[in-house]
Amino acid sequence: MDSTLNYQFLAKYKWPVSAFILTLILIFLDRFQVVSPYIMFVLMVGLCNVILTLSLNLITGITGQFSLGHAGFMAVGAYISAYLTKVVFHLKPGAGFFSGTVLFILSLLIGALVAAVIAYFLGLIILRLTGDYLCIATLGFNQIVVVVLNNMDFIGGPRGFYGIPKLSNLWTLLFLAWISVVFISRYIHSSRGRNCEAILGDEIAAESLGIDSLKVKLHALVIGCFFAALAGGMLVHLIQLAHPTQYTFIKSIEILLMVVVGGMGSIVGSVIAGIGLTVLPEILRFSQDLRLILYPLLLIVFISRDPLKYLQRRFSLWRTRAGGE
Amino acid sequence: MRMVLCHMELVIIQLINGIQLGAIYALMALGYTMVYGILKLINFAHGDLLMISAYVAYFLVNLHVPLPLAFVASMATGALGAIIMDKVAYKPLRSQPRLKALITAMGVSLLLENGCRALPFIGPSFRRFPDVINVKNFSLTENIIITNIQIINLVMAISLMLMLWFIIKKTKLGIAMRAVSLDPKGAKLMGVNVERVISATFALGGALAGAAGVLTAITYPRLSPYMGIMPGLKAFIAAVFGGIGSIPGAMVGGMLMGIIETAATAVNSQMAEGVFFLLLLVVLLIRPFGLFGKTTREKV
Repeated sequence: MDSTLNYQFLAKYKWPVSAFILTLILIFLDRFQVVSPYIMFVLMVGLCNVILTLSLNLITGITGQFSLGHAGFMAVGAYISAYLTKVVFHLKPGAGFFSGTVLFILSLLIGALVAAVIAYFLGLIILRLTGDYLCIATLGFNQIVVVVLNNMDFIGGPRGFYGIPKLSNLWTLLFLAWISVVFISRYIHSSRGRNCEAILGDEIAAESLGIDSLKVKLHALVIGCFFAALAGGMLVHLIQLAHPTQYTFIKSIEILLMVVVGGMGSIVGSVIAGIGLTVLPEILRFSQDLRLILYPLLLIVFISRDPLKYLQRRFSLWRTRAGGE
Repeated sequence: MRMVLCHMELVIIQLINGIQLGAIYALMALGYTMVYGILKLINFAHGDLLMISAYVAYFLVNLHVPLPLAFVASMATGALGAIIMDKVAYKPLRSQPRLKALITAMGVSLLLENGCRALPFIGPSFRRFPDVINVKNFSLTENIIITNIQIINLVMAISLMLMLWFIIKKTKLGIAMRAVSLDPKGAKLMGVNVERVISATFALGGALAGAAGVLTAITYPRLSPYMGIMPGLKAFIAAVFGGIGSIPGAMVGGMLMGIIETAATAVNSQMAEGVFFLLLLVVLLIRPFGLFGKTTREKV
């Protein structure tokens, strides 16, 4: 009796439980220095990518709005938070909780809020476009951000913005990754999230049912970009360098690749793809060329052949939503 | 060039430069617009055909093949490359949502760039295209000078565009292409071999990209595996500007794009890159269907 209950509990909460176990493993690895700092670093970048993938998944996988401007919002969050921590607050990595971590999180939040405001006004204008046109418009926004960053001398311009304090650690990253996973998965199951799915299914039909599609899409975009900027800020305090070339639309495509590989609209898939596709290139480090070829090849194979969908169907691992228009 | 130039002369010089650059963009934009017209697919990998054919021309010219022959060979490579790209990457996705084909196109683009980078005989470093044409200057007035390279660019681009115009308006293939872009299902019912028309469209677009590749290599003789990205993006914006799917739109859009680029660079060279994308956003907002495009209302 008791064991069946436990089993049911596990079956229902298998993903939260495995995420919790993953978290414990990460903390264990960090605490007892089981693996080299390099591997820890890669895993931490992976956590940032999880947040990025999730946030784009909310926009593309769940609401069906194709965005190629995600790296632009990431850049906004990264540069603003880096400027705040380095120039305004003069934070040092070893500082205490209130003088260090709180101010760090505050800078991240300010960066993310600015990105959200930009996303709001941009969305008001460009979310009237659909499909291909939206994709091009967001790509255009991304490149505008890169050009602007290149021309801002007080944040390094084309030299890059360096000397950023290394403030991200495993605890802050795990904390934010958990918040974004919980927030976005709860959002999907809220009534607003259902509206998003309705727009993915058929925008005109959704509108005829009384859903204000522009408003719903705008909310999804703002939330997605908020988390993207948060992840950008975390990442920049991990690698300690912000450079305009990190945030071109190539990076946006990379995030999109993670969404596609993990499965459109899948939270679990996003987490797996975010970490997996960060670790995989590092395994292929022995050959830079192979690494660069494998990435697009993966994208093509995953899009046209959908091997994961087969696995999902065969073993019903996790749920994805039907993408498309 | 003399130190003292009056404004009018400066404007004319920049206009000439702009038209020359615009000719290349127009050739590229035609490829985008034709494929979009038929498949409703933004072929992101179109810019990389320019890169591949520029490299083909580079190797042929280094083997002392005369330039006109290398030009034709590059066009053929572009056409072949486009057909292979379509058959391998896009054909399996015909019945799938369009978003999938779009993402695949990005993948193909990255694959071609990084694949060429990994090839030992291409490699990541820049190559210099040999000087096959002796630069001659023709002075129109005292200060306004046209080089023969600019003239070649313009003449080649315009004659190719006229040829394309002829193919589309007068030949059976052109009629079939227009029929398919109007209504693929209807065309199929009327006995048009849609797959063959799609292949032909890719081939025509690829050939134009090949020509653009050689012209780019002659004008800006610096080759790299990533040289196709920016011309590709700009040509694409040009196609949107002119109304994607419209052939005269692509020609005019390309020319305008070239002129705007040189003008923006002349005013502020650092911000010039941003001007395109700003322009793109503005065009998409005011006239998403472009200058020559048709408005389409979504039907339920």
